Amino acid sequence: MSEIIFDKIAAVISAKKGVNIELIKIESSFEELGLDSLDAVELIADLEDEFNVTIPNIELQNIKSVKQAVISIVKAIQ
Amino acid sequence: MNLRRVVVTGTGIVSACGLNTDDFWKSLVDCKSGIGPFSSVDADLIRFKNGAEIKHFDPTVSIQKSDLDLMDRFTQLAVVAAKEAVKQSGIEFNEENAYRTAVILGTSMGGVSTQEQSYIDLYQEKKSRVHPLSIPKTMLNAASSNVSMQMGIKGPVYTISTACASSNHAIGNAFWLIRNGICDQAISGGSETPFTYTFLKAWEAIRVVAPDTCRPFSKTRQGMILGEGAGMLVLESLEHATKRGAIILGEIIGFGMTSDASHITKPDQKGAERAMKFALEDAHLSPEKIGYINAHGTGTLINDTMEVAAIKTIFQEHAKRLPISSTKSLHGHALGATSSFEAIATILALKNGILPPTANFEEIDETCMIDVIPNISREKQIHYALSNAFAFGGLNAVLAFKKWEE
Repeated sequence: MSEIIFDKIAAVISAKKGVNIELIKIESSFEELGLDSLDAVELIADLEDEFNVTIPNIELQNIKSVKQAVISIVKAIQ
Repeated sequence: MNLRRVVVTGTGIVSACGLNTDDFWKSLVDCKSGIGPFSSVDADLIRFKNGAEIKHFDPTVSIQKSDLDLMDRFTQLAVVAAKEAVKQSGIEFNEENAYRTAVILGTSMGGVSTQEQSYIDLYQEKKSRVHPLSIPKTMLNAASSNVSMQMGIKGPVYTISTACASSNHAIGNAFWLIRNGICDQAISGGSETPFTYTFLKAWEAIRVVAPDTCRPFSKTRQGMILGEGAGMLVLESLEHATKRGAIILGEIIGFGMTSDASHITKPDQKGAERAMKFALEDAHLSPEKIGYINAHGTGTLINDTMEVAAIKTIFQEHAKRLPISSTKSLHGHALGATSSFEAIATILALKNGILPPTANFEEIDETCMIDVIPNISREKQIHYALSNAFAFGGLNAVLAFKKWEE
């Protein structure tokens, strides 16, 4: 499941910010990838729709990397 | 140029904290919040459940029923508040003074209720037409135009829309028009009515509204709480007010504004600092003179930390003795109207020698280490105060006020 979520995140970030998808790693921080706080809000909204989950605001504020995003979505699915 | 002094001789307000200035002020002093579950939109459809919504508003107390059809709710609130302010000031408008009077109001979104009804009619009800007055009810200048029509005011009438700084920009503009001799008197403030399904959904999507309540500067804060209402001030030149024997409530002495020119939602500390600095300079005040700041204090993580840091930069050592509070914790964040509420709160704090509190405060945040007047209002005589507004879009507007003393 984590791989599917990672692939989706990488696809969204690549499409949105023009980052080469090969350069998006699980360890990548949003800052490294050029995502600001609003980009993160948009990304999480896309993931919520894709996986039919809800991420609370307080949790969203702490998601600052690809790994944290994957963990949050996995937790929400479970 | 000989700059004129500008005083406040009337205030009017319709808010979740009270349907008039007296009730509003009592609510602030008693730390009685207007925040609670909202009912005009189905809360089951929205992630957050609380707002500062006005209950039991009856526009017919001061608007004729025949005029109501022309007005969206945001205009009705503006007209009722403006009439209260004008009544208190004792001004009567006539052919002689009408062209020397301004109406400058703020709103961020205007008549969203009317717009929402149009969407329902077209997309949901599949009607082929919308209400014939949809345009004049929705337009951002509907409130300022209707206030001028109700009062017979014929001078400069316009609306300023700078998101959450709209009212401070409006009041600042009115202040400068009078100070520079272009007008003798003005009605200024703002109105906003965010409680529609699409508008609440938009706020839900941007993830800044708290799931519980508004806790500015508290470590446990989770965001802002939306509010609605209108706040209005009557401003006039000191000479004009004295000549007609008006009771003076307070004085506006400075206005500063900046644009961050950086990010559409994330505030830039330098923009906030400069806006406060420019307001102090415009008022010819040194920072140590300020006895209270009504903070922007939205209750979001980013704003409150940024604002406290900006205050510490401008006020230096004095920041340790400078009480600030966010009354948004009581009346909610009424967007384009909010700084009109805060201007009134600041004027009354100076006049009455009572500083309104920051409500819902739970726990000190190390990034917001400043006296925020937590949960209990404070008796303190002060002579000068600022009111901050820092809006989405990076637009900052700060007003400086002085206690009225003969």
